Amino acid sequence: MSTDTATAAPTRRDPTAPWPILQIRGLGVTFGGFQALTDVDLDARQGEVHFLIGPNGAGKTTLVDIITGLTKPTTGSVRFDDVELTGHKEHRIVHLGVGRSFQAATVFEALTVAENLDIAASFRMGLRGLLRQARGRRPEVAEALEVTGLHDVADRPAGALAHGQKQWLEIGMLLTQKPRLLLLDEPVAGMSPDERTRTGDLVRYVAKDCTVLVVEHDMDFMRRFADRVTVLHEGKVLKADATVAEVQADPVVQEVYIGRAKDDRNSVSRAAAATDTTTEETA
Amino acid sequence: MNTSTDTTGAAKAAPAGGTGTPGPGWFKRRVIGTKADVVPRITFAVVAFLLIVVAPGMLTAFRLDLLAKYLVFAIVAVGIALAWGRGGMLVLGQGLFFGLGGYVMAMHLQLADAGPGEKPMFMSLTGASDLPGLWEPFRSPVFTLVMVVALPMAVATLLGLLVFRSRVRGPYFAILTQALAAAFVILLVGQQDLTGGTNGLTVSTFFGLDLAKNSDKLTLYFIVLAVLLVVFLIARQMVKSRYGQLLVAVRDGEDRVRFLGYSPTTVKVVAFATAAGMAGVAGALFVPIVGIISPTSLGIVPSIEMVIWVAVGGRVSMAGAIAGALLVNFAKTELSEAMPSGWLYAQGLLFILVVAFAPRGLAGVGDWWRENRDRFDRFRPGARTAAPASGAAAGEGA
Amino acid sequence: MEQLLSQIFVGLSIGSILLLVALGLTFTFGQMGVINMAHGEFIMAGAYTTYVLQQALGDGATATAFLLAIPVALVVAGTMGLLLEVLLIKRLYGRPLDTLLVTWGVALILQQAARDIFGAQNVEVKSPGWLDGGTTLIGVDVAYNRLFIMALAVAATAGAWYVVSKLKQGRRMRAVMQNRQLAAASGVKTASVDRRTFFLGSGLAGVAGVALTQLGSVGPTLGTNYIIDAFLVVVAGGLGKLRGAVIAAVVLGLCNSLIEYWTEASLAKVIVFALIVAFLQFRPQGIVAQETRGLA
Ligand SMILES: Nc1ncnc2c1ncn2[C@@H]1O[C@H](COP(=O)(O)OP(=O)(O)O)[C@@H](O)[C@H]1O
Ligand SMILES: [Mg+2]
Repeated sequence: MSTDTATAAPTRRDPTAPWPILQIRGLGVTFGGFQALTDVDLDARQGEVHFLIGPNGAGKTTLVDIITGLTKPTTGSVRFDDVELTGHKEHRIVHLGVGRSFQAATVFEALTVAENLDIAASFRMGLRGLLRQARGRRPEVAEALEVTGLHDVADRPAGALAHGQKQWLEIGMLLTQKPRLLLLDEPVAGMSPDERTRTGDLVRYVAKDCTVLVVEHDMDFMRRFADRVTVLHEGKVLKADATVAEVQADPVVQEVYIGRAKDDRNSVSRAAAATDTTTEETA
Repeated sequence: MNTSTDTTGAAKAAPAGGTGTPGPGWFKRRVIGTKADVVPRITFAVVAFLLIVVAPGMLTAFRLDLLAKYLVFAIVAVGIALAWGRGGMLVLGQGLFFGLGGYVMAMHLQLADAGPGEKPMFMSLTGASDLPGLWEPFRSPVFTLVMVVALPMAVATLLGLLVFRSRVRGPYFAILTQALAAAFVILLVGQQDLTGGTNGLTVSTFFGLDLAKNSDKLTLYFIVLAVLLVVFLIARQMVKSRYGQLLVAVRDGEDRVRFLGYSPTTVKVVAFATAAGMAGVAGALFVPIVGIISPTSLGIVPSIEMVIWVAVGGRVSMAGAIAGALLVNFAKTELSEAMPSGWLYAQGLLFILVVAFAPRGLAGVGDWWRENRDRFDRFRPGARTAAPASGAAAGEGA
Repeated sequence: MEQLLSQIFVGLSIGSILLLVALGLTFTFGQMGVINMAHGEFIMAGAYTTYVLQQALGDGATATAFLLAIPVALVVAGTMGLLLEVLLIKRLYGRPLDTLLVTWGVALILQQAARDIFGAQNVEVKSPGWLDGGTTLIGVDVAYNRLFIMALAVAATAGAWYVVSKLKQGRRMRAVMQNRQLAAASGVKTASVDRRTFFLGSGLAGVAGVALTQLGSVGPTLGTNYIIDAFLVVVAGGLGKLRGAVIAAVVLGLCNSLIEYWTEASLAKVIVFALIVAFLQFRPQGIVAQETRGLA
């Protein structure tokens, strides 16, 4: 397992590394008797790209839901920049600097690409300001158009975009908000290898001034773009805050996760998709 | 991916919209507008001319009265297009807000007719001794005019805050509004001493206007027209603003909006309350035009008819909603005179066909034309080059 | 005390009526998510079916006609529902608000049809002799027709419960409701399940219509008077939950009758509505909540 393809990722835990801006402690949640997360701890430092991996049903999306206020945890705390996030309304948490994307890209299909970005960028505006007509293009919107490569389709309805472009638009929308923590839920699902690379570059660009937590299945993608990795399995942390190499060398992780797709390491997502179906059935 | 910012691209992204300050080309930019604006502006001018000059000059007093009533309905329709077409909130209980505005106005007009310190006529018939406390404040014309808008908006805000906050949406919201309109009618009928029960409240004057006199009715017509214009402009401004885009965004992806840092509840409440305020104003104007407000014009069926107008005209288009209200009501008057039962079948069928197969309504015809114009132009000599389709998404024209 | 007991009986009676009119909705709305505004007109159709049967069988067979009306109304209203599903609702899959409006258009047409066929005047359906009068139970006067409606509500609910939880058809229905794609992939013919669900739900509306003939005369707007209450029962009870609908119907019936006793009828309606909105504040999913995820 070589990590030489990784772009500028620190490979050893660095004692001088910045202080963790996101601190999750003892997080647990139950859904009608089903323990979806148990005693989860997670640290993410300023400016790092932290990957959260684990088979389907491991609780990754649930964790993102809790950080962003969609789901209330049963126990534990989420501190972001020393502010407790649990208990706040979703939109309050966004104002505290936390943005998220969804597993299925959600953009506003009836609005144009530029309008999508403009709405995202205007989130600190009061009702009075919102009631005025938008004139011209905000600098954040122009930047996002450039970075995502959507400049040429800025005036097209977002509904007309290709799947990958929608995903980029969603990241671009978050980018205009200048968040300090970005949570991306499976951003490269359903993308071609080429599109994955472009998404990875985009994530790296975003991480210039922001901590990014990426939920992903794709091992190759993780190898190339992760700084640190946390592995989740059946709602518990299996491996906390490790390097890519450590994760790949870990026999337990191999067993529960990578081992499932021995024949074809890159088809983890496919194998995981199958497990998903079974969980749905029993739900 | 090439993430380096290319400078020419950034230059292209510089502000492109008109600045609105007078200067060379200002007249063309602001008054005549771009090519895309020409057709709506000409239409607007023609319609305005018809309503301001032609209709009062040509129509009999009876017809003009009917037209005034349709215009009142158009005010409700604009609100529904805003809440439902743009905001995705199917408001099936606008009769409630229409009724609140109407009863507030009727109470004042009855008190004004009765004179200072007197009770309205219907109360002496039912034998109530004192004027109920609820009626007292409506002696004041100012208070009445405020309440015509404020009361429906307050009720809508309260209901909206409760209902949207607990994420009741879609059909559930529709049913709750409908239930509320139904409960309101039951209350009106039940509290006969206070509301006149099924008979409702009748009026004969309107702030000094004698509603039996044709010249005063003409004044009333122009008042209605002016109010409709104001309502239309308010709605248009809302639709064209960022808020309007946000409203559409909430309609299509409430949760995405939530995680962009907005409270969808607030966004929805604003549109819902605005629609309620518009319905309230309409109700208040309905009273002098028709001379009576009673529960029959507010119940479930009238409330849903209001939605029919908007569906026919085009739910996302404010102008379409107005056209729909005028056309459907015109057709109703004409057809139900000729064959009362036939009209009810026609109305049901129209509703089914439009909603199921032409959800963009009449306004959709215009959009369809705009989107396909190039195809027709191609066959003409000297065809202009195809312009990039703008605003093609689901008929977002105001 | 007797007054209170009597109000409770009235409440239970209202509750049983609510349950009957809402039962069909727990299938069409609850299981399939279809807001069928013509449900009220299927109730009306059931009521008119009773009337037509009585007319056809003559004076001597009032009771026979009435009992016969129950299965016939089920088939008549069920068939109407089936046609509606096949002709319109199927095409509007994924557009719940449009479905609501379209079915309302259908309701308008059906009402007018009833007016043209049976006249705008209400018609009377005769009660079978054994439903006239009443008896006294623990000091409370109970009318036989009210008791009959309660019994019918219980029987219909039991029947519906049996179909849903014991028959293969019911299992398919639940499978389709929980995961349409998965059910389709596992070989369930979802279109045919939808049709049957709709037949059953609409048929139950017809049965409710037969019961309603015992409470008053039958007119074209009979269904409209009940449709909102029926939907509120389903919303408050929790979607697609038979148990929730039963609880909601009984509770709403009792609330209605007790509040009416303390205040008066028109205020009671408004207060009950306010209670429902307040209740949805802390339980938006209804009494019996369905475990769902908001977002993927
Ligand atoms: N709201 C919910 N209600 C019930 N079960 C849920 C809910 N959210 C998640 N779950 C369950 O929790 C488990 C973890 O789900 P999820 O976080 O989506 O996993 P992942 O994103 O890692 O695939 C799954 O078994 C899922 O079915
Ligand atoms: Mg997930």
